[in-house]
Amino acid sequence: MTLKPFEEVVAEYGPAVLRVCRAVLGPDDAEDAWSETFLSAMRAYPDLRPDSNVEAWLVTIAHRRALDQYRARRRAPVPADEPPEVPVRDPAPDDRDPELWAALAALTLRQRQAIAYHHLAGMPYTEVARLVGGSAAAARRAAADGIKALRTTYPRGADR
Amino acid sequence: MNTSNTSGPAPHDDVLAAVPEADASAIGRLHERLAAAARAEGLLDVAYRTLDTPVGSLLLAATEEGLVRVAYEREDHDAVLARIAAEISPRILAAPARLDAAAREMDEYFAHRREAFDLPLDFRLARGFRRDVLMRLPAIGYGATASYAAVAAAAGSPKAVRAAGTACATNPLPVVVPCHRVVRSDGSVGQYVGGVDAKRALLALEAA
Repeated sequence: MTLKPFEEVVAEYGPAVLRVCRAVLGPDDAEDAWSETFLSAMRAYPDLRPDSNVEAWLVTIAHRRALDQYRARRRAPVPADEPPEVPVRDPAPDDRDPELWAALAALTLRQRQAIAYHHLAGMPYTEVARLVGGSAAAARRAAADGIKALRTTYPRGADR
Repeated sequence: MNTSNTSGPAPHDDVLAAVPEADASAIGRLHERLAAAARAEGLLDVAYRTLDTPVGSLLLAATEEGLVRVAYEREDHDAVLARIAAEISPRILAAPARLDAAAREMDEYFAHRREAFDLPLDFRLARGFRRDVLMRLPAIGYGATASYAAVAAAAGSPKAVRAAGTACATNPLPVVVPCHRVVRSDGSVGQYVGGVDAKRALLALEAA
């Protein structure tokens, strides 16, 4: 068994990893995190065991790169009266939904991570817990609390 | 959990469905950015693109050293890339920039405006006697042909006619390394990695 061309990895998992980065960081920082993720992955790729779960491997890298982004953002000076949350700026006409990002930004980082890794990337909670720390039960709770909060704060969710 | 949800799917689907699917333009932009960054950091071991030509779509692949593979469609481009991943490196991206010169010279060749290729070549996919044979093929001039026996002799092993044929059949750089100019001693065209029709087309192009 040998490794596929990295191009196939990008084509197969690029969209899902972007979705995860967007949910954790918001639309603006997501693309930087995606780029860092795939560059790191490409560097390490020849040493990956061919039978590895490539998506879980990529989400693990994306988790670390997103944390780097998130911490860098928090260290950046922010006006004292504004919470240091994921910024929502310049909503572009395409796929930006300011209300959705505002609703996601209002969650805790751990809630966004648990939702992104479990519900978007399909990672079991034991794996999510390995990334975000704490127990699988705590990760499950974080995701559930986050979803619950989204359903009350995000209009489209509340309408249903 | 929300008990007012009456639809079938899991109750979180509605809010999560709002996280947009990655649109093609975003992925395309990110892919381009990745290829540029990988190239700058020396991680792009193999870059490739395809090129439409009169003999079909050709896969062009290059290492940092030079053009390493030209493949006909009938060789199955995906299978060729998988073998490159195994034999050279899996750090492979569709990244046309490195192949600009190769694509331009190919276009000129098929437009009858170029007789010889002036490109750095990476012969790492050919070894031993096969490689010796391939290195000598450019000596067969544009529009000319040589027999497998003559090629074997030129490579230093006059009896290795069959091996010379194998070298041509497994040429990793067809068109650029002109194995299509090697024909049978009786004058018939012989086999070709791109198919006999492609071989005839190249010989006709060069004879025109």
